[in-house]
This record gives sequence, structure tokens and C-alpha cells, in this order.
Amino acid sequence: MADLPDASTCYELLARMALIRRFEEEAGRQYQRAKAGGFLHLAIGEEATIVGVAAAMRDEDYLIGTYRTHGHAIARGTEPKRVMAELFGRVGGTSGGRGGSMHIFDAGHRFMGGYGIVGGNLPIAAGLALASDYKGEDAVTVCMFGDGASNAGNFGETMNLAALWSLPILFLVENNLYGMGTSVERHSAQTDLSKKAEGYGISGRRIDGMDVLAVREAVAEGVRLAREERRPTMLEAFTYRYRGHSAADPEVYREREEVEEWQEKDPIESFARRCVEAGVLGEREVQEVRDKAEQAILGAVEFADASPEPALDTLYESLYVLDSAAGWYAVDERSPEPHRGEREEEMPATARELAEAGAAYAGQPEGPRPNPAEHGDAQEGVEPEVAEEGNESPVAEEVEEGAD
Amino acid sequence: MATLRMREALRDAMAEEMRRDEAVFVIGEDVGVFQGAFKVTEGLLEEFGERRVRDTPISENTIVGTGVGAAMAGLRPVVELMTVNFALLALDQIVNHAAAIPYMFNGQARVPMVIRMPGGGGHQLGPTHSHSFEALFLQVPGLLVACPSTPADGKALLKAAIRDDNPVIFIEHENLYGRRGEVAEDGDEVLPFGQAVVRREGGDVTVVGILKMAHVAEDAARVLSHEHEVEAEVIDPRTLRPLDLDTILASVRKTNRVVIVEEGWPHGGVGANLATLITEQAFDHLDAPVQRVTGADVHMPYSRRLEQAAIPHEEHVVSAALAALEGSI
Repeated sequence: MADLPDASTCYELLARMALIRRFEEEAGRQYQRAKAGGFLHLAIGEEATIVGVAAAMRDEDYLIGTYRTHGHAIARGTEPKRVMAELFGRVGGTSGGRGGSMHIFDAGHRFMGGYGIVGGNLPIAAGLALASDYKGEDAVTVCMFGDGASNAGNFGETMNLAALWSLPILFLVENNLYGMGTSVERHSAQTDLSKKAEGYGISGRRIDGMDVLAVREAVAEGVRLAREERRPTMLEAFTYRYRGHSAADPEVYREREEVEEWQEKDPIESFARRCVEAGVLGEREVQEVRDKAEQAILGAVEFADASPEPALDTLYESLYVLDSAAGWYAVDERSPEPHRGEREEEMPATARELAEAGAAYAGQPEGPRPNPAEHGDAQEGVEPEVAEEGNESPVAEEVEEGAD
Repeated sequence: MATLRMREALRDAMAEEMRRDEAVFVIGEDVGVFQGAFKVTEGLLEEFGERRVRDTPISENTIVGTGVGAAMAGLRPVVELMTVNFALLALDQIVNHAAAIPYMFNGQARVPMVIRMPGGGGHQLGPTHSHSFEALFLQVPGLLVACPSTPADGKALLKAAIRDDNPVIFIEHENLYGRRGEVAEDGDEVLPFGQAVVRREGGDVTVVGILKMAHVAEDAARVLSHEHEVEAEVIDPRTLRPLDLDTILASVRKTNRVVIVEEGWPHGGVGANLATLITEQAFDHLDAPVQRVTGADVHMPYSRRLEQAAIPHEEHVVSAALAALEGSI
């Protein structure tokens, strides 16, 4: 077991994990209230892996992840309020409401994106690392992906390229035991994922993803190998998401006992306990961490709520870069008359009404969704139903109370 | 001016831009030691070395994705996909990543990259090696699409593409690589996207053609003039996105008839799109339905006889033009 670092480092690690936990809980709650749309993939339970990685990186290093990366951005330094505003689809969001939960991005903190396509981020990570190498820069790329992505064609292609070109990159598999609802045993012939890149010349090892210090130590070594020796390696962090794959997940593929068993190894509780028992942190500081997280997240919701909806005439912004300014080309951009639908003021009344109502919720009554964050309410690809007003599901109420 | 083949003009464009900007590099299958499957990158490895001319494994999606990441980090990759056929393996990186990233991250990241790919039929390469996918890429917002037909345009458009801050799909035609033409030797000559060219003036019918079909359109125009006393105005759009619709519409307003020629499939094709734009914006000027000449709606057959039957030729264009003129001559 890795030694405890100094008090301020312990405090910071604990605070980051608690902040992400509280963020994710609140995101689930806001999704339930239909403040956030689309899919919502929460990383509750995976905080030690996320924070351990970020804690071992330098500011100039690149982090790139998947569609479950609210916490990854926050771990890199993105303000939670900007991530929350992105979930709300508001202009104050990390992508101004263009990306949503699956596409968080913060160039300023070199968080190079959440990506909605499983395995899609792997080649891009190789490109980031190639750019560092090409420019003779020190920056290392840390590429995180799930156990499911280890089966994608991009995995083999990228491992090969990274090893072939000695790219300054560290791969980290967040093995939470399930690719959506399919367990590792059922989706990967080689269940020791750390071995899956060996044939490409990339050695791997397994680490305890529930222990923030173990992750930090292993990532620090992986980053050092990448930076100093130009040797790409892979880590397989065992972790667990307490919630479903997305908020719309009935979780028929696992037993409640399994979830409870992992919750006993909770990365935040266990780390806090260890810090207190060793006398590095006091109970008062642990409580302070929780209180600060609570305050920050309440502030984040307030910010997101107050942030305006994107103006309709920004629909085409940033589609293209024109003369170093963001803009767009229509198919008949040079024609004297605009093409139908290209000008906001010419938008038909129904389209405008739908847009203003928020397309995701158009036609649906206001009100909470039935228990999405805790147990899930539908299959992926199926629009979650919104509970009838005045007829909230009992489970939804339970979550409401539990979250308070 | 110098007389160059298309492949040499494209090579010169890359070499000049690489000399001008250290951030430009070439990456793709067999672009280095082998000097390119179609010899377009000939000599680049020797001049620029392995750091800037990178041979890759056969991993199309990852080659393009690596380009995307490098572009996001400030480089200007010129990716060569050996043929457009193989671009299908990279569609995820092209559509979900290269094209989407600037928009979905709200302008925080740019993807200034060029993805070059040769296509087209005529070499008896059969169903998987003869595609024309201009329409496929034209459909994707966020991409620019270039399709040059002459060495001069090829060079000047490729230089513009490399300097552009957007992801550019640069489609070349395998049959045009050996074609010669006058090319400016001025290293700063770039051709801005969205400028069509009128190759031949005429008042009777407008013929729009791209890539190899731009030449077929010109050949057909000569036949129309010599044998039918029909003067066709031939237009090569040169880029499909952005599209210079002004030039096409101005011609249609003059001739009141139009034929669109492409090698790709008919359904949802370049011609289908352009025909719609023309009828939307110049309906009152049309004296006949828009005529399309396209590749046959089949997978390219190997048999030389069948393959040639599946590709548009000048006689197809001539009869389409005459059909548009039916009743008026």
C-alpha cells in the first residue's frame, strides 16, 4: 500500500473525490428533474481512479476520456459549475451547450474531451502524443477508456501505432467490470485486460482503482516512462460504478449484493478513514471537505440554472472556422438567396416553438422523471418517460429525500 | 508556368507548404519509402525525412484519428488514404470526430487537416476499389470538399486546403494523375474554396461536371458544337462545399437548361443535390427538367465491357443535353 502523502495533499485528494461524488449525485438529481437531457453516465464509485490519474499529471499534459467524464474535467481543474451548465445545455457550459454530458471539453485545462463513440478517443490520443513528440515538447497524453473499448478495432490499431512510434502516452483502462450491461467475462476472451496490449509491445499492469494513492503512484510511473523513456504502457484500474451504465439502466445484469460489496470499498470513505486513523487529517477536516463540496455543487446548480439558453441565431456558430473566426458554410453559401432553414428569422413557427421549448422535451409534460439516477428507467436508445404531474413515482420521491 | 502531371502538381503543393510551415506533415499508408501508391508523395521522404513523412500501418480509422489529435494540438496533418474506398473504414473519425469536434466543443478545438483520397473507376478494379464518394462527404456539416480536375487546380486547391483551419476532404481521381497541364510555379498561388470555373462558354445548355467528368463534359461540349450546332457552357465547381452556386445559377439563367455529370451513384448524389438547389433557386429560368448523368446504380463490375457501361461517357452527356433541348432545336 502506498504511503500517505503530506496532509495538504491528502486533503486535496479527498476534496477532489468528494467534489466529484457530490457533483455526480447532483447531476443524477437534476437529470431526474429533467434539467439535464440526453443520456447521463455517472462515475459514482470511480472517483479514486479519476482523481489519482489527474493528481499524477502536469498542467501541460493532455487528458482524454470517454462519455463518462464529468469528473475527469473537474479533476483537471474545470469548475463544476461549467460542467453542470453543460448538462443543462446552457451557454455557461464547457461547450456552450453544444456537447452535453458525453462531450465535456476544456482546452484551458488540457482536458481534451469526452467522446461519445466507444474507442473513438484512442486514435485522437495518439495524435495528441504525436504532436508533443513532433514539437519536441515534454507533454504526455493520458488516454482513459473503459473495459468495453478494449474490444474495439481502434484499441489494437492505436496500441500498435503508439508502440511503433514510441509515443509519449499512457493508456488507462477504467475496468468497471461491465461494458454497458455485458460483463468482462462475457465480452472479452482475455479477461486480464492488462495483457491485451502486450502483443503490440505495450506492457500493462493491474492496479486497485479504488485506492487513490495506488492510482496516483502507478500513473506517476506510467507518465514518467512516457515522458522520459518514450515508452507507452497501460494500466488496468479496477473500479466500479455504483449507478447504472447510464441513468436509463434497469441493471438486470448484476446483483444488488455485488454493488453493496463494492460500496464497502468506497474510495472516498476508505481514504478518509485511513487519513483520520493515521492522524493526517482530523474528523473536522473530513467534514469540512464534505461541506465545501456541498456548497460548490449547490453553487454549480445555481449557476447552471441562471445561465441562459443558447440563442437560436448561434445554431451554426463554430461549425466552420472562417478567416480565423468561427462561422459556417452552407451548401449554397455563395448563392444570393439563403437556403430554407438557414436563417433563424425565417424559421417556421412550429420549428421555432419546438426549439424554444427545448427539442429534447418538446411535447413532454414538466416534472420529474421516474427514478433515473438510482435504478434507471429505460433502455439505452429509449427516451426516458417523464412522470405525470402530481403522480410522481414513489422511487423518485425516495431519491429526492435520499439526496437531501 | 510549367507543364506538370496532376500527381506532380499535388506533390509540389505539399512540398511547398511543408517548406513554408513546419507544422505541415504527411501521414498515410506507403507515403514514404514506397512514395505513395499512386506516386503522389514521390520525393517527399527524401526531402523532409521520416519525422514529417510518416508511413503508417494499415489502420485507416486510427490514421485519420491520429491526424485529428495532432491537428487539435496545433499541427497541420495531410493524411493520405490510399483510396476513397478505404475511407469507409475511417468514417467514424471523419464524421464523428474531425467534422464534429469544432462544433461540439464550441470552437475550443480546431481540426486543420486535409484528408486526401483518390477514387473513381476505369481500371477494372471491381466493386471495392472504384468508388466515387463525393456525395457522402458533401453531406457532412463541418467538412469542406474539394474535387479538382486539372493539375493547376489540384495544386492551388491543395495549398488552400492545407492552409485552411477546417477539415478538408480532398478527392482526387485516379485516372487524372497522369494528365498534364500548365501549372503556376509561384509558391503562393492558392485557389480559395468556393470558386467555380467556366471552362467553355456557350448559350444553349449548361453542363456541370466534376473530377474526370469535368473533362467528359468538355469533350461532350465539343461534340455538341461540331455535330449538333449546340453551344454548351461547361462549368467545373472545383469544390462542392463551399459550392459556388452563383456561377452555376448565372449560367442556368442564360441557357435555361442544365446537365449535371458525375461518376458517383445517382441516389442522393452530387447531381441530385445540385438539381434541387437549381430548381429551388432558378425554377422560373428552367425550360426543361434538370438532366443528370451519373454512374450506374450498381457495384462497379470488373469486366471491362460492363465497367465502361457503368461509367458516364461523352455520348451520355450529349444525349442528356439534347434531351434538355428537345423541342427547341
